[in-house]
Amino acid sequence: MNTGGQAMQELTEMPAETEVQPKQLNDGSAVLIQALKDQGVEVIFGYPGGAVLPIYDALYKNPISHILARHEQGAIHAAEGYARVSGKPGVVIATSGPGATNLVTGITDAMMDSLPLVVFTGQVGQEVIGTDAFQEADIIGITQPITKHNYQVNDIKELPRIIKEAFHIASTGRRGPVLVDIPKNIAVELFDEEEHVDEEVNLPGYQPTTRPNFLQIQKAVQAISSAKKPLILAGAGILHAGAMEELKELVERHRIPITNTLLGLGSIHGEHELFLGMAGMHGTYTANMAITECDLLVNIGARFDDRLTGNLNLFAPNAKVVHIDIDPAEIGKNVPTEIPIVADAKEALKELLKQEIASPVTADWIAHLKEAHKEYPLWYVEDKEHLLPQQAIQIIHRVTGGDAIVTTDVGQHQMWAAQYYSLNNPDHWVTSGGLGTMGFGFPAAIGAQLAKPKERVVAIVGDAGFQMTAQELSLLQELRIPVKVVILNNEGLGMVRQWQETFYEERYSQSLIPVQPDFVKLAEAYDLKGYRINTLEEAESVFQEALLSDEPVLIDCRVKQLENVYPMVVPGTGLHEMIGVSGK
Amino acid sequence: MKRVITVTVINQSGVLNRVTGLLMKRQFNIESITVGHTEQVGMSKMTFIVNVEDERKIEQLVKQLQKQIDVIKVDDITDKSIVMRELALVKVISPPHIRSEMNSIIEPFRATAIDIGKNVVTYQVTGNPEKIEAFIDLIKPYGIKELTRTGATAFVRETQKVHSPQLSILK
Repeated sequence: MNTGGQAMQELTEMPAETEVQPKQLNDGSAVLIQALKDQGVEVIFGYPGGAVLPIYDALYKNPISHILARHEQGAIHAAEGYARVSGKPGVVIATSGPGATNLVTGITDAMMDSLPLVVFTGQVGQEVIGTDAFQEADIIGITQPITKHNYQVNDIKELPRIIKEAFHIASTGRRGPVLVDIPKNIAVELFDEEEHVDEEVNLPGYQPTTRPNFLQIQKAVQAISSAKKPLILAGAGILHAGAMEELKELVERHRIPITNTLLGLGSIHGEHELFLGMAGMHGTYTANMAITECDLLVNIGARFDDRLTGNLNLFAPNAKVVHIDIDPAEIGKNVPTEIPIVADAKEALKELLKQEIASPVTADWIAHLKEAHKEYPLWYVEDKEHLLPQQAIQIIHRVTGGDAIVTTDVGQHQMWAAQYYSLNNPDHWVTSGGLGTMGFGFPAAIGAQLAKPKERVVAIVGDAGFQMTAQELSLLQELRIPVKVVILNNEGLGMVRQWQETFYEERYSQSLIPVQPDFVKLAEAYDLKGYRINTLEEAESVFQEALLSDEPVLIDCRVKQLENVYPMVVPGTGLHEMIGVSGK
Repeated sequence: MKRVITVTVINQSGVLNRVTGLLMKRQFNIESITVGHTEQVGMSKMTFIVNVEDERKIEQLVKQLQKQIDVIKVDDITDKSIVMRELALVKVISPPHIRSEMNSIIEPFRATAIDIGKNVVTYQVTGNPEKIEAFIDLIKPYGIKELTRTGATAFVRETQKVHSPQLSILK
């Protein structure tokens, strides 16, 4: 029975009770933002929208640095650039429906190049999921084949565990993107901190092998010791594992020549005397010949991509193959492997270096390769009328001393940058390798610059690719991020045009784009300094001024339109059948 | 060649989609697939039969499946000593005057009639997929109105032959 007297008594007692038991109730969004802070997230790349309104409200109350890209694709490529350069997971937030689907290219790109990302997407409320509600998209279904893993949060209680697992999965083993889809009602639902038990990550189905098998290491050292023409192929796995020192030690101690994949560039100093340059479709003659002639190929952290191998039947025909990879599924996928080693590259190299072995005698082999390098260096034919893109990159290299962080899109400019910008440092090369994404390089440079504010970041992009994500100039304007955008402008899709020239009898179908904006004025519209380069002389002076400035700049560098990337391995042929190996 | 793969998975929403999506992405042709709970709470087991060209492809399939976060264990049990069962329901045109004839046909298969209508009978038959094929072939001339099969489920026998060949990944 509730009399008036009792009620009064209860009222007077209540404040005391609440003091004893302060009940902390946060909503899902607050839990998310706090979890990001706990994970050490420094910066979020994102774009708000209906389904993430609660998350952005929590961000307003408990701020983390947020970079408002002007398109979700820009946000995720920036996050990729950040991840590649910092080694930390890039964090992205986008809304449901179109916000989420705009991320698809970037997620796939990160999956192909093993970049750690944690992507949060809003979702419509659980009560309307599956009804084709406004801005609903089945992003879990869509991203299932392009993520390392994905989650939809179906219960607020799961949220802290899922966030923890997402960061763990993204940043361990073979890294990759993880997507977490959060329905709007979960983002506003109250979370009972007291009932929550903080669990350690427990994923019985995910136990990456990082320590190498000792027997396989023994086999590998024996193979190295007895090889006459050994070759190391170093991929991005070296960079992800931070195994540059160990790699250098292995190369130098046993005097083994080394080549890189496109994504592995920077794992060894670009001017190291045993470095043969990049291998593959547009690799150096020497590197490709070394692969064809070697009797032992030690692949560390590369996945034998088709752009590297050319015709698989003709690939490394004389070689015994050692393959060190953190992902067992990559071993034996494309190239039969005699000595498979599933391990983290650093762990495996440490173990290899521990073994006392006689170094192979490689002096003749190295001399032979140096001879080949002298005979068939990278080449171009100077043109009095035009600035060549290769020359432009050589000048950029000279002006920046080989120390800049270089980002690229995909295509001719990417190959020239890979060939002519020899890198002094690891993690200074950010390029879209596996997916080959146009529009990647510029936003990736923004992410890279945010990760390393003191470094000089140069985005080398093509005129066509740049226009796919040019809206991110707003970020340079707003935040004065000092990225140097260099457009190698050949008024078209250079690589497409080159293939049309080579394989389609010069029928340049839709690959020449003579109508384009005035890029200098475009820069000025965004309150940025714009430059134009037409000649070699201008290139010398403009790059000197623009690249060394502390401000963001955009350089429209007009280069010879019909220049081709050489040498080249025609698809379907072997690496030794390269064309265009010499300008003579 | 046909391979029998069993996959133990954490029973979470979307896990079936994940596994079949992976097979589709890598262009594997699934002949049959079955899923159900196991003796462990929260774990399910899938059995599928796939058609593959060579050993390298099957090795790749096993490795790709193993990479999935929700996948606990993958086995290619094709070359092991296994028990495999499938169930089929077959609705056959069977007017009363031929029913005794029908009975003599189904008897060796230990099939049972589980639904009887005026002119049709539905049989249930259990066994390995070859036995079911044989049963269907025999019944076909009478006129099959409807046929449904569960797909095979399997696991390894308690006692194994001494030399069962293994995939290189398991060595």
